[in-house]
Amino acid sequence: MIHLAEAPYAIEMLHITKLFPGIIANDDITLQLRRGEIHALLGENGAGKSTLMSVLFGLYQAEKGEIRKDGKPVKIMNPNDANDLGIGMVHQHFKLVQCFTVLENIILGVETTKGGILQKDEARKKVMALSDKYGLSVDPDAKIEDITVGMQQRTEILKMLYRDNEILIFDEPTAVLTPQEIEELMAIMKNLAKEGKSILFISHKLNEIMEVADRCSVLRRGKYIGTVDIKDTNEQDLSRMMVGRDVKLVVDKEPPKIGDVILDINGMTVASKAHGNNAVKNVSLKVRQGEIVCIAGIDGNGQTEFVYGLSGLEPLASGSIKLCGQDITHWSIRNRAKLLSHIPEDRHKHGLVLDYSLEYNMVLQRYFTPQFLNGGVFLNRKAIREYSDKLIDAFDVRSGEGSVTITRSMSGGNQQKAIIARELDKEHQLLIAVQPTRGLDVGAIEFIHKSLIEERDAGKAVLLVSLELEEVMNLSDRILVMYEGEIVGELDPKKTTTEELGLYMAGAKREEVRS
Amino acid sequence: MKEKKSFLMIPLVQSVLAALLCIVLGLLIGYLVLLAINPAGAGEGIVAIIKNFWNYPSKPAQMKYLGNTLVKTAPLLMCALSINFCYKTGLFNIGAAGQYVVGAGACLYAALKFNMPWFACILMALIVGGIWGFAVGMLKAYANVNEVISGIMLNWIGLYLVNMLLNGVKESTSPYTEQIGSVNKGALIPSAGLDKMFTNNKYVTIAIPLAIIIAVVIWVVLNKTKFGYEIRATGFNKEAARYAGMNEKRNIILTLVIGGALAGLGAAFLYLSGYEQWSVTQSSVPSMGFNGIAATFLGGLDPIGTIFSSFFIQHITSGGSYLDKAVYPSQIADLITSIIIYLCGFVLFFKLTLTGMLNRRRDKSGKSGR
Repeated sequence: MIHLAEAPYAIEMLHITKLFPGIIANDDITLQLRRGEIHALLGENGAGKSTLMSVLFGLYQAEKGEIRKDGKPVKIMNPNDANDLGIGMVHQHFKLVQCFTVLENIILGVETTKGGILQKDEARKKVMALSDKYGLSVDPDAKIEDITVGMQQRTEILKMLYRDNEILIFDEPTAVLTPQEIEELMAIMKNLAKEGKSILFISHKLNEIMEVADRCSVLRRGKYIGTVDIKDTNEQDLSRMMVGRDVKLVVDKEPPKIGDVILDINGMTVASKAHGNNAVKNVSLKVRQGEIVCIAGIDGNGQTEFVYGLSGLEPLASGSIKLCGQDITHWSIRNRAKLLSHIPEDRHKHGLVLDYSLEYNMVLQRYFTPQFLNGGVFLNRKAIREYSDKLIDAFDVRSGEGSVTITRSMSGGNQQKAIIARELDKEHQLLIAVQPTRGLDVGAIEFIHKSLIEERDAGKAVLLVSLELEEVMNLSDRILVMYEGEIVGELDPKKTTTEELGLYMAGAKREEVRS
Repeated sequence: MKEKKSFLMIPLVQSVLAALLCIVLGLLIGYLVLLAINPAGAGEGIVAIIKNFWNYPSKPAQMKYLGNTLVKTAPLLMCALSINFCYKTGLFNIGAAGQYVVGAGACLYAALKFNMPWFACILMALIVGGIWGFAVGMLKAYANVNEVISGIMLNWIGLYLVNMLLNGVKESTSPYTEQIGSVNKGALIPSAGLDKMFTNNKYVTIAIPLAIIIAVVIWVVLNKTKFGYEIRATGFNKEAARYAGMNEKRNIILTLVIGGALAGLGAAFLYLSGYEQWSVTQSSVPSMGFNGIAATFLGGLDPIGTIFSSFFIQHITSGGSYLDKAVYPSQIADLITSIIIYLCGFVLFFKLTLTGMLNRRRDKSGKSGR
């Protein structure tokens, strides 16, 4: 067996330069992926990772530079070329057909047919074998629109495995997985690498990179900073390479100054859209001024529906919600929004109208207020522009053309910053933040965590729903664990460990909770 | 070079280019069809279609027949606006055809049976068209019935109801409704001197400028108002609109009511000019509403662009009647115009292709340039 350090390069991207009008997205970047290695690609949002991957996929043509496969120069003019070279990718934003089943999505484009008839049984066998082998549990007959983000991601990974790709690119694969699933994925990735597949692992999560990767290449603002051997580095060094300055990985916070009860939920039950059971079962909890209460849990255990019920997106099957002393159980979404701000789980589905300009998204929750209207009917463009410029400035939202940028063209981190700016600036007593740092880089995460702490210290009640154990442990004053739609434990982050939290999340441990 | 590229990337320029491309292709295929049927008259035929009112040698006659085209442009524009407006909310209002039909029924009945004045008749068409839209909207909002299905069904319900209703005000010797001009002159939309400009074409009324004004109003509503903001947000991303507390059900219903009112208004603009009489024996939904779909897309889904596209489509449709009937069967005019209209629907496709081509070229030229 060849030692990894001497293994030949499977894919080399040499001196890649890609220009966009006004921006050098990639400036002389070199990335060399050895056969059988796990190579991490690290960089903040807008550092040029996506552009580099798009060049590798033939979506963009580089102005300068060369791509080599097994040492031979290749031209990748479109994604089909990339496929032919055995390059597969799990995208950060999934490429799935919403109204198709998991199985149909996996075989889409490479269907086995006999006389024009789909041979799904064979495909199903292969998919189930892969699913078992790698512990990627999916329901092959569930429609994508009905399943959780986590299962959608597993479908994406299976899609790539199904195609027997040799070079696997994982773009933020762990963002929505549970700690246990992440462990499994890490094992899978190591297995795949052992079998000779080459893995390019794009991630912001330093601990994961430290755990799984062999080498790591770092990009910053379109420039290539360097490639390091993981065994010779540590998290602090990596984050410094990525951000260019020292970053606080742990949040500082004062002890909470707890005030009155703001949110009082009693016996909330919400029906599930995916199956006949209730997604949220008889949940009762309180959130008070000046504290961050975190709902921890594995993705798909009712957190999404819980937030829908609370924000008014879904009706309650039973139970009641009191907010600031008022019974809001039957209030409309808009009336609730007068008292609560909501950073939604899915920024593309709920948080933004992507085809609107940034300024229009900035006023999405307040365009109807007199401040932004002339005569109650016409939009006050000037007021909207001024307000948007103010928020962009205050929250450092970066975009190509400021307020008039079409939101779709912005990076994920800046889209999220825009939502956070909008929701925090709006009047509210309760802030619901659902996975606010999903898919963001260390710099943006630091900013968002700081914002949440500031909210808390300003006497707001904060309800954080997160899948990230570290985030849960760092930020919250109280942790409520949700498992299969129920609150199964209340933990004090100062007195518990991630292991204990993990046990609750996995349903292995539970207690009667009276909140 | 750089200037030229950025010029081609302007959305407005792209829309216009794509629309022109559709028109040229449509005419070309139309010409091919004429060639296939009878090569001898094909050249003349296609020219006759394009010339429409210019087929007349004298200037006054040209103006008069331009007037006729304009008379029919107004209702087409209204139907196109109806579809356009609903499309912004993400609704495909194929029911515009039926809303147009009931609008026609309402205004004719009001004019011929109740001797109402023209503005009251217009109002009736508007209200009844709106009710037809309301039905589609209610079904969509509260029963999640697809607006295309309910729209098509209501088209037929409307047609036969109107046939039944207008049976009471038809001429005794023909299947056509009585002439408004001879029964109730007050129901004719006033010309306000416009007829003089078109060689005393009495069918040219204030309906034409009114339709253009309404197009501008629709543009303003969509782009400058709170309601328009909500409508477009709903069309772009229904979930985000809901998250922002917009009343989705109300907006769906309201959009379709307005869409229905616009289509109903269109019918009033035509039938209250006295240009056409309703045939109570007709067994197909008038094509006006369907042509509105083509006009909307050819107009780049923009109310202002729709003004021009509606005129063009009506121009071609009217031009079809100048085909030599001795050489071509009478249906051929409809066939040719249908082909052109059909291709007009491809304007979005061409626009996307154009953008894609330009992007690729930019990427490549960027490469060679460095």
